[in-house]
Amino acid sequence: MKPAPFAYHQPTEIQQISAVLAQADQSSKILAGGQSLGPMLNLRLAQPGRLIDITRIPSLKTVEQSARGVILGACVTHANIEDGCVPGRIGEVLAEIARGIAFRAVRNRGTIGGSLAHADPSADWVTTLMALDAELGIRGSSGLRWRPLAGTMRGPFDIGLAADEWIESIRIPHIASSSVWSYAKLARKTGEFAHAMVALLHEPSKSTLRMVFGATEAAPVVINCADDLITGRDISGLTSLAEAQLRAAGLLDTLDNQVHLAVMQRTVLKAKQSRH
Amino acid sequence: MKAIGVGQGIGASVPRKEDGRLMRGRGQFVADLRFANLKDVAFFRSPYAHAKIVSIEIPQALRSQVFIADDLQSVLPIRAISGLPGFKPSNQPILAHEKIRYVGEPVAMCFAESRAEAEDIAAQIRLHVEELPPVVDMLFGRSDDAPRLHEAWGDNVFLETNIEVNTEIFKQADVSVTRVIRTNRQVQAPMEGRGVVALWESRLEQLTVYSATQMPHIVRTGLSECLQIPHEQIRVIAPDVGGGFGHKGILLTEEVALSWLAMKIGQPVRWLEDRREHLVAASNCREHHYQITGYATRDGRFLGVTCEATVDSGAYSSYPFSACLEAAQVASILPGPYDFPGYACKTYSVATNKCPILPYRGVARTGVCFALELVIDALAREIGMQPHHFRQRCLVRPEQMPFDNITKKHFDSGDYPRAVEMAIDAIDLEGLRIRQRSGEPDGRQVGFGMAIYCEQAAHGTSVYAGWGIPMVPGKEQCTARITPDGGLELRIGAQSHGQSMETTMAQVAHSVLGIEIERVRLIHGDTAFTPYSTGTWGSRSMVMSGGAVAAACDILKKRLLHIGTWLLRAESSQVSYEDGSVVGPKGRVSVEQIAHTWFRRPQDLPDDVDPGGLEVTEGYRMVRDSGTFGYGVHAVSVAVDPRTGEVEILDYVIVEDGGTLINPMVVDGQVYGGTAQGIGTALYEEMPFDERGQPLGSTFSDYLLPGPTEVPSLRVLHLETPSPYSRFGQKGVGESGAIAPPAAITNAINDALNEFGAELLESPVTPRRILEAIDRARQVASGAREAPAEMVSST
Repeated sequence: MKPAPFAYHQPTEIQQISAVLAQADQSSKILAGGQSLGPMLNLRLAQPGRLIDITRIPSLKTVEQSARGVILGACVTHANIEDGCVPGRIGEVLAEIARGIAFRAVRNRGTIGGSLAHADPSADWVTTLMALDAELGIRGSSGLRWRPLAGTMRGPFDIGLAADEWIESIRIPHIASSSVWSYAKLARKTGEFAHAMVALLHEPSKSTLRMVFGATEAAPVVINCADDLITGRDISGLTSLAEAQLRAAGLLDTLDNQVHLAVMQRTVLKAKQSRH
Repeated sequence: MKAIGVGQGIGASVPRKEDGRLMRGRGQFVADLRFANLKDVAFFRSPYAHAKIVSIEIPQALRSQVFIADDLQSVLPIRAISGLPGFKPSNQPILAHEKIRYVGEPVAMCFAESRAEAEDIAAQIRLHVEELPPVVDMLFGRSDDAPRLHEAWGDNVFLETNIEVNTEIFKQADVSVTRVIRTNRQVQAPMEGRGVVALWESRLEQLTVYSATQMPHIVRTGLSECLQIPHEQIRVIAPDVGGGFGHKGILLTEEVALSWLAMKIGQPVRWLEDRREHLVAASNCREHHYQITGYATRDGRFLGVTCEATVDSGAYSSYPFSACLEAAQVASILPGPYDFPGYACKTYSVATNKCPILPYRGVARTGVCFALELVIDALAREIGMQPHHFRQRCLVRPEQMPFDNITKKHFDSGDYPRAVEMAIDAIDLEGLRIRQRSGEPDGRQVGFGMAIYCEQAAHGTSVYAGWGIPMVPGKEQCTARITPDGGLELRIGAQSHGQSMETTMAQVAHSVLGIEIERVRLIHGDTAFTPYSTGTWGSRSMVMSGGAVAAACDILKKRLLHIGTWLLRAESSQVSYEDGSVVGPKGRVSVEQIAHTWFRRPQDLPDDVDPGGLEVTEGYRMVRDSGTFGYGVHAVSVAVDPRTGEVEILDYVIVEDGGTLINPMVVDGQVYGGTAQGIGTALYEEMPFDERGQPLGSTFSDYLLPGPTEVPSLRVLHLETPSPYSRFGQKGVGESGAIAPPAAITNAINDALNEFGAELLESPVTPRRILEAIDRARQVASGAREAPAEMVSST
């Protein structure tokens, strides 16, 4: 299939984007990598009046260090991250995640900002960046605001942006050298969207554990708890807590939850192995 | 003939001639063709599964670019009638007429300068309907209270068949097991979809149709019937075609519609199937339901099976194979390679509000193998025998060959028990059983499974005349022509769309004439240049067209010898034909020299030379037309994670007997590709529908195909038992790989889950189905629910 007609904008300045988005004459969609939007346009599932291609703005492709973490421009591709454009420990963590996204051909064009804006609940970045406590740099007509990703996403395919807003950058806090990161997902075939995924960040310095369950067909389920549930040999307490939280989030299918918990156990096992 | 396996002839794994262009992206498929003034076509397709058309609203300004059924009144619907008694024909309109019978059925044809603009036009069409309740499930379709798809019929059953042989014997059974088994709908998913370019050539007063098809001559016949213009005014060309698997073995409504449009507007028109159309609109495959019971004695004698099989045929009987081929095949081939005394099978081909189903690589064999091999494993478990021991007791034995089985299938040759031994040795079943008993450190369960199949191939007139479908294969011909500089052109009516025939037919010719394969050109896929043929399907081309190539080359060889003998001034008793030359006592003369004489210096020819010259059309018939029986054994080990339902294939062994192999590398390629597709059937591919008949697998993110990482390293071992009925002993092998994987893999999963009492009876075996089966078995074990009706065993 071929897309319905649309107007095409290719701004070169960040300031132009919100202005075009705010024009109410027709609907607009931002094109950052097109790996989800492209097929949706071709299937005519998305028929925006206007496409705003932001991939020609150099400042959206930068990686910067700041005191509060590393800041990635929205148009940094999964392949850039996989190939090590982010330095340090956090860069290694992000590269491992990127390597597991779809196929290299998709990673070459797909971007971190595009993926977050699309907010597919089965996508890797939504879940893992929540576990890493990332913030979104959201730009609108009134300027830039920083919002924690975990509190922003309202549901599947809804990252919680106003009509004139778009994701300009993502800020990811550094990970302490003592912290343990682990991530596992389950997909029916390599490169497909996952059916279960669990990301885990254990920060012994703060005695905290965060786990995020993705691929739940809803916004990811975030669990924050004390880390004594993971430090012992028996993790049944953690499993019970997670099961209760999944049910509380409205996930009631026993077999689905069994799979989520099995993937959680893999994530925990990886975390324990990496610590030793 | 040259020694087998040497040089470029039969038995040599020579690299494929066609790879030079295909691997460099220089192939030319329908979508690569360019024509001046070409218009692109988009079809407006029904979003409803079952509805009466009230009106079709087309904006007045667009009316000249949109055509509906009312505009095509001169065109006849597609009718694929089977001669089997009781068959109810369907009329498949080229564009939906009065009624809609499946989601995706073409309603209007729109043309414009580009596909996108044609789709813009289609988006402005408004279809007003009166929705009717749909028939989505085939079993519901059989019931009295189901709505009717074709009102005149009185029910929804295209055809019922019934066969019963010696069912008295089942009284001797100590053990019987009954299973309800389902194979879900799939699509064939070739790399290249369908595509059509149609143009009217005024100079020739001829309709030329380029189509991505497996059977250009049959398409030409179908177009002639629907458009009511004579064959000689139609030329069908299949250029490079990227895989077919049955999806391209059909006369498309789109082929008819575009042909009509090209004549109507006098300009070339093109339609390229997109992936969504491919998934939902043209054809699906494989949807079967079996209620099957196997009978055996306590000591492991297999007495036979009774079966009620239902095939979801979709809305219309497709041309040329018809809506009955699949079910008719079920009844005749369900016994597989087993020699048992009792058999009964009833089949129903049911019309449903889904797109028609077509044969897919293996046709009904994949479903039949799944049903029978699962029941055999269930019987073996019930008796307490190893699955291969139970099979060895009832397989047809080499000393019985040729063997007529219980449905009168005539097996030509083979050593089935030997193939089983080889497979069991190669997979090290003993070692696997030890591993199974010791358990896996990661909590997974290991299982072993096997399946045996046979593949009747290249079967001809007598078999298909019995089914009475529009297309009955006859003899096959080849036109062979030596060129003035000593090359060779071969023209065959079969069509190569991945089968490597440009290489393998050249190898056959090389074996007879000694001409280097680089100088042999295969011309195929064009009705203007090639002998009439039913095309490429049924794993028939290497046997039938290969036989015809050899037969035509035989005649050329005689004529070359005759001229060569004269040129050498020798007697016929003194000469021989060696390596592309006629050799006499005082020297030799090459094909090139003989060709030069025939074409350029006829004054040097003998007076009694055959005036037919160095071009000949010759046909081939097999010793008998009941077909060759290739066969094989697939043996698999898997690890199943009972918490997540994940399946890992640990090892996969295939023992394959395709008779004499013309090119062993090409055969291996066929086996690998088929097995990859079979793994798709086993574990991934499924086209689900909702209760309103909406297909839910309309993209490749919803319809999962196995990729390179899902196909394990396959270990292929060969037996080569020649067929006594084909020219070189070769057997058809094209479909073989796709037949056994669902059965073998599911048997391995069931073996792995045996300690839970769980058994999978539906393909694909998804993680969810595995978890549900384990959960159900746990509930049964704990008394929380009754044993499911789809699994009954009695002793």
